[in-house]
Amino acid sequence: MKPKDLPKEVRPVVNESGIEVKPLYTAADVAASGGEALIGAPGEYPFTRGIHALMYRKQPFTMRQYTGFGNAADTNKRFHYLIANGQTGLNVAFDLPTQCGLDSDDPLADGEVGRVGMAVDTLRDFEIAFDGVDLERITVSLTINGAAAVLIAMYLAMAEKRGYDLGKLRGTAQNDILKEFIGRGTWVYPVQPSIRLVGDTIEYCARHAPKYSPVSVCGYHIRESGADPAQEMAYAFCIARAYADEVIRRGLPVDEFAGRLSFNFNCFGSIFEQVAKFRAGRSLWAKIMKDQYGATKPGSMWVRMIAGGGGGGLTYEQPELNIVRGAYYALICALAGTQTMALCCYDEAYTIPSEYAQRISLRTMQMLIEEMGLADTADPLGGSYYVETLTNQMRARMEAIMAEVDAQGGIVKLVAEGTIQAKVSAQAYRRQRDIEEGRFRKVGVNCYRTEDKTPQMEFHPYRDDDARAQCEALDRMRAERDGPRVQAALARVEADARSGANLMPAIMEAVKAYASVGEITKVLVGVFGRFREPVRF
Amino acid sequence: MKKIKVVLAKPGLDGHDQGAKVVARAMMDAGFEVIYTGLRQTPEAIARIALDEDADVVALSSMAGSHLPVCRKLRPLLEQAGLSDKLWIIGGNLPERDHAELRALGFKGIFPSSSRLEDIVNYIRANAS
Repeated sequence: MKPKDLPKEVRPVVNESGIEVKPLYTAADVAASGGEALIGAPGEYPFTRGIHALMYRKQPFTMRQYTGFGNAADTNKRFHYLIANGQTGLNVAFDLPTQCGLDSDDPLADGEVGRVGMAVDTLRDFEIAFDGVDLERITVSLTINGAAAVLIAMYLAMAEKRGYDLGKLRGTAQNDILKEFIGRGTWVYPVQPSIRLVGDTIEYCARHAPKYSPVSVCGYHIRESGADPAQEMAYAFCIARAYADEVIRRGLPVDEFAGRLSFNFNCFGSIFEQVAKFRAGRSLWAKIMKDQYGATKPGSMWVRMIAGGGGGGLTYEQPELNIVRGAYYALICALAGTQTMALCCYDEAYTIPSEYAQRISLRTMQMLIEEMGLADTADPLGGSYYVETLTNQMRARMEAIMAEVDAQGGIVKLVAEGTIQAKVSAQAYRRQRDIEEGRFRKVGVNCYRTEDKTPQMEFHPYRDDDARAQCEALDRMRAERDGPRVQAALARVEADARSGANLMPAIMEAVKAYASVGEITKVLVGVFGRFREPVRF
Repeated sequence: MKKIKVVLAKPGLDGHDQGAKVVARAMMDAGFEVIYTGLRQTPEAIARIALDEDADVVALSSMAGSHLPVCRKLRPLLEQAGLSDKLWIIGGNLPERDHAELRALGFKGIFPSSSRLEDIVNYIRANAS
């Protein structure tokens, strides 16, 4: 049925990815959209229905709330609180100086230490933050990008020091710098050396920590910056290919690292479009890895993912409604078969989440498993005429977007020159206009507003004393540590940066000597320079 | 009539620039000339750019909570640069409890998350010299 064929009283609906939605779907629509060729069974290629045969019946999604603030001791307390409340993984938030590769006493860090995440200067902070956390039972995800190589090294060094076998250690780092240039903005070095560093971490982990996931490619922030759902996934896959190409260029076979690539996606929007997006993305990535990269291990073809965040869908108005939105987000992600869920909290439009808001999110996810039957069967929407049709259509959209990126010179070029940034920011502007002018409906924002007073939000406190204490601890560490060992380690970092050797062994040695994030980053900036943002919008 | 010239800056380490870019476009559609600085601007750099560009409006976008320390540092620099008579405004994640201090620091226009583009543009039109 074309829009012109719709009865007059039925308004046309086009989803965010630009696909016309019909009032009714039948088997004929599934056939017309490409049929059932790419559906298959859960756990079987092309994994449309899920990457494991039994999905949540064997193991429900991991629950991993994004957490971190103040110093390592504060964050350690919150970690233990969440674990005591049934959380099964950790997702660490770092403050902006750490994310940008600056020490807490750097003048540029003034006013930002410990504000939006945990402050980290040296390995000592990691030792404190993860004290008492069983790293085999609780897997840890580090939300770090520009400074990822240093923080991955710190995590591995901390685990090794505590006696864990790196050969068995699990965990994830975000370490997706290309999306950082598009949105989020915690870049440090120019594009090429940044990609080299991602390659270094993948290559190093493949050889020394083969169960560790060194990269989580994020469509999430590209969506937050204005991309539609199909673009979100298509751009993420283009970025994942760029990292894979970098590692393959070095001679590492695809099956030796692709199984440890993971993904992070957004989930706000139409329930069915979102579920179709995830199902379509799984089959598309499997096809890319098999056909274009010659992967043979199923794990190399999997989209292993974290989902549950959708800041762009939350509202400042009537913030308590975000609890309800969060519950739908969790439903979407469970229906979509995510491996890990990090559910956004209702107060996130205002502040970093309070303990209370975190607990509501955690209970929401637990409710799906314990009360709502979401962990009982794999891909419960599989076979729906609507969802299967939309899955085929979303896959076709994503393929078209990826082909367009390739035709324009590839994602690395488009990001370096700011083309993607300009495109998604133009879309964000159109969306904002659509919201303000009532064309795109948001409950509580442009319809069903209320004059009732917004409930008081509990703002996360910022204490200047904590920042001072962090700087003093860094001073003490500089005085206590083995200075010549630090200098030698930093000299090796510089030499390896110049020679093109894999930087991870030198960075590992530097962090073990308690060199700081800022010191290591400064050496690398000396060799690589800094990214100059192409200001395009 | 001379176009209103806005220097729109992202101070500090905050990387959330979607809002700033959306506002920049709205200002351009309203006929203003907009110099968007990009991320990671120090207070010194913002004051210098505002002076060099002869801005009518100095606009900040802050999403990560460091608005008060940034504005405390920026105020004397803008004053020293002779920009006291210009319109200073700020938008972003700005809790209500901080508005009085921001105003006292000279940031007359305060536009917290959820502000409408139209209101921002109209405010500038009414208040920029």
